Amino acid sequence: MKVTIIQFPGTNCEYDTEYAFKRLGCETQIIWHKEESVPAGTDLLVVAGGFSYGDYLRSGAIAKFSPIMNAAKTFASNGGKILGICNGFQVLTEAGLLPGALKRNDNLHFISKHHHLKIENTDNTFLSKCEKDSVVNIPIAHHDGNYYIDQDGLADLKKNNQILLTYCDKDGSEINPNGSVASIAGITNIQRNVFGLMPHPERAMESLLGSADGVKMLEGFLEL
Amino acid sequence: MKAIVNISLKAGVLDSQGKAVHHALDSLKFDGVEDVRVGKQIIMKLSSTDETTARAEVTKMCEDLLANTVIEDYEIELIK
Repeated sequence: MKVTIIQFPGTNCEYDTEYAFKRLGCETQIIWHKEESVPAGTDLLVVAGGFSYGDYLRSGAIAKFSPIMNAAKTFASNGGKILGICNGFQVLTEAGLLPGALKRNDNLHFISKHHHLKIENTDNTFLSKCEKDSVVNIPIAHHDGNYYIDQDGLADLKKNNQILLTYCDKDGSEINPNGSVASIAGITNIQRNVFGLMPHPERAMESLLGSADGVKMLEGFLEL
Repeated sequence: MKAIVNISLKAGVLDSQGKAVHHALDSLKFDGVEDVRVGKQIIMKLSSTDETTARAEVTKMCEDLLANTVIEDYEIELIK
C-alpha cells in the first residue's frame, strides 16, 4: 500500500499524515506540488492539511492551479483514491473534485479542539472499518470549515449516501460547531473514490495524545 | 484600463462577518442599518483598452479564480 502526500507551500500536516500511514504499515512519500504526475504505484493520494498559499483569496483557491492538481484530476478520473483532510478538503472542493464549498465558521472563530463525529456511511473504502452510526472523537482545527451546499446539492448528497461524517456530541446527537449545512464534517463524491473531511484523523493515532479513533478510519484504505 | 471586481456571498448564503459587523454597529447606536454584507474588492490594472475584451477576460478570471461561484457573486466595473 503506497500513500503519496501532496505538499503545497503552507501545508503543515504532511508529516503527521506520513506518521499516521507509516504507523499503519504503509509506504509513504511526500511530493512537492510542482510535480506534474502522481508517482507510479500510488494507491492513495492525500491532500494534507495546513494553509496552502496562506489561504490567500480563499482557502484552497490558489492551490487548485498547482501542476499536481491536474495530475490529481486525471488520477481521480481513472478511479484513483484521493483523501483531502482539512485544507485538503478545501482544495478538493475548489478544484471541483468534491461538491460544495467551505466558508468561514459561523462564529468567526478558529476552532481547535477534539470533536465527536458520527459515522454516517460505511459503504465506501474510507470508512469501511467503522461501524455505521458509531461515534469517533477526532481533532478539528479550522477557520473555514463551514460546509455549504445548496438545497438541491444537499438532497443529492443524501440520496446518494455521500455524507460520510457529521458533527455530534459523545452520544451521537447532532451538534454543529461551525455552521455547516446538515452538520456535515466529511463527504465523498458520487463515484466514491474522492473523500474530504475537515477533522484530522491523522492527529488521532495515539491514545496518549487524546484519541486513537483515527486508526480505524484510515485503516479503511489498507486493502487498496 | 482599470477593473474593479466586487465579490460577496450570494444572497441566500449566511454572511457571518456581515452579521457581526451589523451587531457591532447596533452596539454603537447606529440604528438605521438594516443589513450589512461584507465582501472583498480586487482592483486590477489591465493592458487592454477594449472594454468588450477586458470584460470577457475579467469574467473568465472571476469564474476560474477570483470568485467561488458556489457561494459567491461578483460584479465587474471597468474604468477607462
